[in-house]
Amino acid sequence: MSAYKIIDHEYDVVVLGAGGSGLRAAVGLSEAGLKTACVSKVFPTRSHTSAAQGGISAALGNMGEDDWRWHMYDTVKGADWLGDQDSIEYLCKEAPAAVLELEKYGVPFSRTEEGKIYQRPFGGMTKNYGNETVQRTCAAADRTGHAILHTLYGQALKHNTEFFIEYFALDLIMKDGACKGIIAWNLNDGTIHRFRSHTTIIATGGYGKVYYSATSAHTCTGDGNAMALRAGLPLQDMEFVQFHPTGIYGHGTLISEGVRGEGGYLVNSKGERFMERYAPKAKDLASRDVVSRSIAVEINEGRGIGKEQDHVHLHIDHLDPKVIDERLPGISEASKLFANVDVTKEPIPVVPTVHYNMGGIPTNYKAEVLTLNGSEKTVPGLMAIGEAACVSVHGANRLGSNSLIDLVVFGRAAAKRAAELVKPGMKHDEIDKNETDRCLDRFDKLRNSEGSNPTSELRLSMQKTMQSKCAVFRTEKTLKEGVDEIRKPYDGMDSLSVKDKSLIFNTDLVETLEFDNLIRQAITTMDSAYHRKESRGAHAREDFPKRDDENYMQHTLSWCNGSKTKINYRPVHRSTLTNDVQYFPPQERVY
Amino acid sequence: MVQLNLPANSKVEKGQYYKDKTGSKNIRKINIYRWDPSKNENPRLDTYEVDMDNCSSKVLDVLNKIKNEIDPSIAYRRSCAHGVCGSCAMNMNGKNGLACTKSHSELDGDIDIYPLPHLKVLKDLIGDLSTLYKQYESVEPWLKTSKVNDKENIQSKNDRAKLDGLYECIMCACCSTSCPSYWWNGEKYLGPAVLLQAYRWIIDSRDEDRKERLKKVADELKLYRCHTILNCTNACPKGLNPAKAIAEIKKMLATA
Repeated sequence: MSAYKIIDHEYDVVVLGAGGSGLRAAVGLSEAGLKTACVSKVFPTRSHTSAAQGGISAALGNMGEDDWRWHMYDTVKGADWLGDQDSIEYLCKEAPAAVLELEKYGVPFSRTEEGKIYQRPFGGMTKNYGNETVQRTCAAADRTGHAILHTLYGQALKHNTEFFIEYFALDLIMKDGACKGIIAWNLNDGTIHRFRSHTTIIATGGYGKVYYSATSAHTCTGDGNAMALRAGLPLQDMEFVQFHPTGIYGHGTLISEGVRGEGGYLVNSKGERFMERYAPKAKDLASRDVVSRSIAVEINEGRGIGKEQDHVHLHIDHLDPKVIDERLPGISEASKLFANVDVTKEPIPVVPTVHYNMGGIPTNYKAEVLTLNGSEKTVPGLMAIGEAACVSVHGANRLGSNSLIDLVVFGRAAAKRAAELVKPGMKHDEIDKNETDRCLDRFDKLRNSEGSNPTSELRLSMQKTMQSKCAVFRTEKTLKEGVDEIRKPYDGMDSLSVKDKSLIFNTDLVETLEFDNLIRQAITTMDSAYHRKESRGAHAREDFPKRDDENYMQHTLSWCNGSKTKINYRPVHRSTLTNDVQYFPPQERVY
Repeated sequence: MVQLNLPANSKVEKGQYYKDKTGSKNIRKINIYRWDPSKNENPRLDTYEVDMDNCSSKVLDVLNKIKNEIDPSIAYRRSCAHGVCGSCAMNMNGKNGLACTKSHSELDGDIDIYPLPHLKVLKDLIGDLSTLYKQYESVEPWLKTSKVNDKENIQSKNDRAKLDGLYECIMCACCSTSCPSYWWNGEKYLGPAVLLQAYRWIIDSRDEDRKERLKKVADELKLYRCHTILNCTNACPKGLNPAKAIAEIKKMLATA
């Protein structure tokens, strides 16, 4: 192995990732006086939180009566009863304060006539336990994520958070089942950095790029999830992949659910508003899994639009152009750029597109990472938040605008918990040299790959397999084929080709490390989906069309060693956190 | 007369030529600036023949096609691919923009791709933006308010509308790196991107520090190196108007 220059650091806490959740955690940690490092492979404002459009949910009640318990009921139902209700209670109860805090930080929310934070209707968000639509989603036009991300970066600057930017994290440092820090590669100068910390918070986002067509950024490769897998920890509920109903056909760019919240609607080739058939009450504002499946059925039954009859239309041309200009300027711009459509005159061609991972690193509501060792246990020194985590508040299907609130509520919770566990300046354990060697061996081996398979080809093969075998609708047959096929690109790494051998901004190697991360998550996703023989939320099995609460009110846990997985289950938490609200027992889910 | 010459190691040399191997009839030549800090070589311009019949519409699609199919060693930043993260800012046929929103059909002839002008190059198309980020930090981009209650600040629709055209900035640096004044005085002049951000907080009705903020930027170098050249506004891929924001700051100072 080549000799690598290693630079050591000691921090109370290391946050890995600088999107919405990572930044919110970093702000809280700095406020608590903990010496905090925030490590990110991209400059903070480039994180994918910037792409969130429609808004952030919280029962503020600015636009009519609202109650966090109603929000909780909607989230439990949206999750198809796979969410842990103690965590969901925490999320919905803390949400209003978290949004008001963002406003105080300076987020430029849109405003009501009285000058309060503007809230819009969103899919699955209802009043009085499912009775009528509520306006709960707080918005900064249709650029809410961008506005929040930039504001949180400003707050982190205010609190003098130490950033390590364009550092690519390689692995966790583990000792006796506890996390002791991370190892990262500085792309700017090619050096290797070892960060020791009492608590490491993984905030690395989702892994949408295992699919061919996704609204996710190129950088959404779930690096933290893969690091957890390599550390021998399980990922949870990986089979639950959200397809957003409205990605721009052919390009995958997100068109916010806020469009339907403001009155937009979907039509098929016959000009029918088909959602009325699938969700008579909520119509176009049913939850995302329901709308995506409905579109898929319309297309499968020959009522799709276009030469290939493979998409549908989203109309907002009936709305007042002034409303579009004020509340949906970003999607007008995106529609023009990527579909060449003037939204005030023509419909937008859309198709369900991979958007969000409900699954991730299992945690409790305090953001502590869980594993199964006989019974449920926390992993000392390790936390996870944001899309990387599976708390699980989103269960089998996340409601729109519940992800931004998840970021800030659990980012804050993680900082709070870390401040309880870690005292500033505590002494660090010695760490075994083997951990560093194991990490750098993998790095060095990938860097010096001299085989014949370019990373881009293996990645494409993985993406095509996921797209065709693990899509909106799944069957035993497609999943069985998928389980076999998805291992081919993994095996292809035996003869990997990496052309660039340098260490400074070697993006050939970055993409290879990212692929190595992605493929492990693709395998756990496919295997988890194969083993869940029921339909729940985003996991729709044509051969098992019903939800099976008797056998599957359980979170899937999947470990992955090489291409071998181990699947196990842990029960969904069937109680609330406090007596402020009653447990919502499973019901039939209709919108 | 004084002779001005570039240092010998900065001269861009002719690089490698990658001939099309697909047999396509619809070929376009893409010239890309290459420089590898780990080699003791001059920068060079590599040329790639790209099959445009099988390439999506944006310049970023061309770059991805080259990286995936021809030369994986080429380095550039990219992330969201739809104009919100600001990573893939670069110079295409002489104009700054985002590769992910720029259609290659809008560019004439061969396509020349360079890093953003006047930045220290880290590798290929990746420029060093650390000075700009420090300048951003210097304008204290956070809300200053003494209110400590747990209610939201009330802001009228009109006051909120004053932030439109400002808060949308994605800090891609297309504007600042197109500004000749910033090229000359980039260490001291804040440049259009950062001044636009400064104005975003100055004009926020919720902020209580307007006077101090104005005082801080009212500086011969930080602010008044803007000579209204307007390259910034011309370059902004989000259609914002940094020149106007700067003019507003100057106006506020003149009428204070």
